[in-house]
Amino acid sequence: MYLAKIHVTLKPSVLDPQGVAVGAALQHMGYREVAGLRQGKYLELTLDDEGLSADKAKARVEEMCSKLLANTQIERYEFTLTKTRQGARA
Amino acid sequence: MRFAVLEFPGSNCDHDCVHTLGTVLRQKVDLVWHENAALPSRTDCVVVPGGFSYGDYLRCGAVARFSPVMKAVFAHARRGGLVWGICNGFQILAESHLVPGALLRNKDLRFLCRDVYLRVERGDSAFTHAVKPGRVLRLPIAHGEGNYFCEPDTLKRLLDGRQVAFRYCDVDGHLTPESNPNGSLESIAGVLNEAGNVLGMMPHPERASEAELGGTDGLALFESALHALTTR
Repeated sequence: MYLAKIHVTLKPSVLDPQGVAVGAALQHMGYREVAGLRQGKYLELTLDDEGLSADKAKARVEEMCSKLLANTQIERYEFTLTKTRQGARA
Repeated sequence: MRFAVLEFPGSNCDHDCVHTLGTVLRQKVDLVWHENAALPSRTDCVVVPGGFSYGDYLRCGAVARFSPVMKAVFAHARRGGLVWGICNGFQILAESHLVPGALLRNKDLRFLCRDVYLRVERGDSAFTHAVKPGRVLRLPIAHGEGNYFCEPDTLKRLLDGRQVAFRYCDVDGHLTPESNPNGSLESIAGVLNEAGNVLGMMPHPERASEAELGGTDGLALFESALHALTTR
């Protein structure tokens, strides 16, 4: 199996009101060093590795990210891909 | 004229649109389940209604955009057929890249359910030509993610191409920060595609199409679409 760990976050140019609210809450709790907070999504994707090279798997995940998992008009994504014995099951 | 109102799991304004088109305006309307790969033959206008398609999972409209019926909607739009996305329908059209931009979380994070004023920016589109440009319409909004956003180069193209259909305004038609309910860029409430046959808008004209519902300003948009179709 392959395990892709994917992070999707809003682009820096896009306002993240949830991140601002959560960051402000931390400051109100006394964490005055909090200078900013951006909220995003984390996804774990497991792929069958039968007949799938690591390069091909990477390209497939890239495609899934750009087509569905992220809206590249407002979000950016990054991921790592590792070979694993087990992972999240769909 | 023949309208197709799409129905996704989680759509909840589909029957309101069917009522307005079928009962109020006496047009032929088909309710089309999202798993259909084709639209009814001779469909003139596709309405993508509001609601919470697929529970708004991942992003509003992101999953619905890949429903089988959407391929037929893309083909219909390419042929110049009218496509009209309202609220969640706008989000689906934006995710589909049928109209430019994206809808973000409202700037104050609240779900907003109330009437707003809209200034009609285009009086010559298929959806607005029964309305004088500059006229102020009063329509309800009901959304949590209606904060219109696009990158500066896209905005420039939108403005150059006169693709902004509606802006949020005050009762006199002035654009003020207070009259922009959700933080939308340039107070944008509705946009057209480049060709002008696809419209996405956050407010709900179908909820303001009978006096019993508290207003009839939405009717002007439906009448525009009807007129555009009959004079083609």
